Amino acid sequence: MSGAEASLALSVFLACAVEAVEAFTIVLAVGTTRHWPAALAGTGVAALALAALVAALGPALTVLPLGVLRVVVGGLLLTFGLQWLRKAILRAAGAKDKHDEEAIFATERAAAAAAPAAGGFDGYAFAISCKAVLLEGLEVAFIVLTFGANQHDVGLAAAAAAAAVLAVVGAGLALRAPLARVPENGMKFTVGVLLTSFGIFWGAEGAGASWPGGEASLAPLVAVVLAASLAMVAEVRGRAATATVTGSRGAAP
Amino acid sequence: MTRPARRVSPRRILTAIWDFVVGDDPRSALAALAAIGLTAVVCALGLPAWWTAPAVALASLRWSLRGARPSATKASRTSS
Repeated sequence: MSGAEASLALSVFLACAVEAVEAFTIVLAVGTTRHWPAALAGTGVAALALAALVAALGPALTVLPLGVLRVVVGGLLLTFGLQWLRKAILRAAGAKDKHDEEAIFATERAAAAAAPAAGGFDGYAFAISCKAVLLEGLEVAFIVLTFGANQHDVGLAAAAAAAAVLAVVGAGLALRAPLARVPENGMKFTVGVLLTSFGIFWGAEGAGASWPGGEASLAPLVAVVLAASLAMVAEVRGRAATATVTGSRGAAP
Repeated sequence: MTRPARRVSPRRILTAIWDFVVGDDPRSALAALAAIGLTAVVCALGLPAWWTAPAVALASLRWSLRGARPSATKASRTSS
């Protein structure tokens, strides 16, 4: 496995694991409160829809000319990467609340318990589970598609995604509780750095740029994006200290 | 007589794609567009362009964080 393929697999695995943790929390809340068969049916239908999307669009993307594919893929990955990275930087700096799986679990359980029950098949449990898996999985499906198509290895990307789902579901079933101890922000930060770096790399190549050293420049690029992101975390954190010093000086008589 | 209002129209599909890609953070999409677009411009000028996309993307990211600061609750937790 080449370095680019390993990075592809790692990016997809982490992105999928994070989204799977979030979807698992909702399915678990609905399943335990309402009706497990309906919640699992909703999950299954959404998973099949996502798999069908990847299977249908994967081969279609690979027939695009390489330059066009890289601009489209680079643009999408860079957009998603910057969105993930910005939120992860804000969370790491304490400027945005971290994802609290236990709080989300409690909210979803309360909402599920309050919703009216119907006899027979539980449409509420089905719909909520299906929606959660679809919404959380859609971005991962596009990451699988874009990474896989560009590396001509949709199979590897799909396998990494499936491994992440199995790992999360396995851990969740063993614990029978929301996976609150998964370091979600660290994983999102890593995914943001990787998506941004790949987006920059492929987007620039698609726009006609040549990287010094070709694919070997990917590792230094990841290092630069990581270092810059950590510097931004420190900069945002530093604003609190500056504000505190200024505030205490201002408050002095 | 009248068609159901919830039929799938091209406008709805475009709106869904826009929401999915751009979402609540149009700055990131603009930054990606600017990074790739400026790289193409620098390439067209015949200059080395590999540095353009990382420079624009990281500068845009930093610019998008310009007003951010840790919340009061977090700051007080840290200081206690």
